Amino acid sequence: MLIVENLWVEVEGEKVLKGINLRIKSGETHVLFGPNGAGKSSLFFAIMGFSKYRVVEGRIIFKERDITYLPPHERARLGLGISFQRPPSLRGIKLYQIGKLMGREDRKIQEYAKLLSLNGLLYRDVNLGFSGGEMKRSEIFQLLLQGPDLALIDEPESGVDVVNIDLIAEAIKRLLQKDRPILERKRSGIIITHTGFILEKVKADRGHLLMDGKIVCSGNPEEMFNEIKLKGYKECVKCWKKTLS
Amino acid sequence: MLEKDIILKEREVLERVGFVLDEKQRSGSFVLLDNEEIASNYTEGLTFYSMGKAVKEIKGVKEKLWTLVPEDKDKWTRKAASGPPRGYFIHVAKGVKVEKPLQACFLIATSRMTQTTHNLIILEDGAELYIINGCATASYINAGLHIGITEIFVGKGAFLSYTMIHDWASQVEVRPRTGVYVQEGGKFVSNYITIKESRLTQSYPEAIVERNGAAQFASLVFAPPNSLYDLGARIYLNGEGARGEIISRAISGGGKVYSKGHLIGNAPGIKAHMSCDGLLLNSQGSIVAIPELEANHPEVEMSHEAAVGKIAEEEIEYLMSRGFSPEEAKSLIIKGFLDPKILGLPPALEAEVNKTIEMIGEGSL
Repeated sequence: MLIVENLWVEVEGEKVLKGINLRIKSGETHVLFGPNGAGKSSLFFAIMGFSKYRVVEGRIIFKERDITYLPPHERARLGLGISFQRPPSLRGIKLYQIGKLMGREDRKIQEYAKLLSLNGLLYRDVNLGFSGGEMKRSEIFQLLLQGPDLALIDEPESGVDVVNIDLIAEAIKRLLQKDRPILERKRSGIIITHTGFILEKVKADRGHLLMDGKIVCSGNPEEMFNEIKLKGYKECVKCWKKTLS
Repeated sequence: MLEKDIILKEREVLERVGFVLDEKQRSGSFVLLDNEEIASNYTEGLTFYSMGKAVKEIKGVKEKLWTLVPEDKDKWTRKAASGPPRGYFIHVAKGVKVEKPLQACFLIATSRMTQTTHNLIILEDGAELYIINGCATASYINAGLHIGITEIFVGKGAFLSYTMIHDWASQVEVRPRTGVYVQEGGKFVSNYITIKESRLTQSYPEAIVERNGAAQFASLVFAPPNSLYDLGARIYLNGEGARGEIISRAISGGGKVYSKGHLIGNAPGIKAHMSCDGLLLNSQGSIVAIPELEANHPEVEMSHEAAVGKIAEEEIEYLMSRGFSPEEAKSLIIKGFLDPKILGLPPALEAEVNKTIEMIGEGSL
């Protein structure tokens, strides 16, 4: 599904990704861990193709196509999707309108809105005055409408209360076809998480630890998260330095 | 009355400014064709005359003219005062709530002509009325001058929604002069929408608001290259608890826009707010926001906010990540910026205004 090869990315002249390698197969869910500023969101934005994230080396292959220099909308049309951690507000553009313009039927829009308990926000301006939790749900809602083959989900649970985490987890499971047998799953996802709450509800196949723009460790996501919880990222740094020497 | 050749021929132009030929949808219709008045009225409790007829047949009309807009205000008012008054006279009787909107259209159909109009609107206490005014030039016209004098009296507890849609040709100069008096508890809402370039539009309506009354001036402006919009509004909040609001949303596609406003708080407990938002689509145009607040009493609550800039790249890319092309994204953002929801329109009119905004969105890129 996705191959990231030796990806180096700059933002305003500063290197934020330093040689990322990542492979995600069809139907797989991966998790990204890492301290603030490690480059997790930057990796998402680079995969999505946002102009501020300039690829200086390496390439991104999506569904066997080199997308390294494609604009975001063409990537989206190929089947990439992203949910933002901090989305911008769109004045005068209604959530419902976005669904309609994506070409989705009324029935689907209503169904997903109900799933995420968003009915009250359908006719509001996208993200304008939304609470933290509402924003997250609206992001996942838009992803569901879009139905991407690879979903990049940035901190879906931060700032969300317990009840809404369940709603979001259900929606992500649906998005990633977790209700289907493994072999029938076609959709893949990458989830960034700090709290790990989402891991209890959405099973992931593989975890990666990002530090200082590099993937320094990969493995079983639950085990990795438990280690991080126990010892903090500091121990990860030590471990990583050991492997380097 | 609407079967005149020119009206039928220019149907499309008229519909673009909210003027429909299906009279069932309206409480009355008025057309000022160059300087010829055509009026018809279909509603009880509503007097709707051409001004020419009103000054002759209705007592007191003539005396009311030039009471809110001074005759010698400037050379344009003097020009308008030099000829016989043409336009409409509207009177809504006490307590009458006119359900359907009333429509008026000012159509310039002769090239390089000067159209002058003088309108008088009187709402008695508790009356309610929606007016949609369309100003346009026939499709083959490119130059002209429109001078429009409008004087509006809103009675106690009365409500008037006054919408103007402008669709002038490129070389038309527009000089509206408007005065509004809002009595105790009355409410006046003005909506101004412009679709196309006009060489120069200069307007600065003034409203005086008494106790617990309210006035709102909202404008949605799109300025293409070679257009100049000098727009503002002044509200005198003279009575205790009076409210005033000026909302301006301007997009420059190469033209120049002045967004002005002057809120004057003269009484305790008044509330007033002004917001000016501007979007610049390219470097040829400019937007100048000039909000003025004047408090003449310590117990007033007055504020303003102004923001001018280009479309945020972040918003465009957000929409692109959902699969919209950059052009689609920009068009959506522009249409959203000119959201008619900020206007106080009844649903039917809002739908019509929406169509207009759609066109601006499509045509702006």
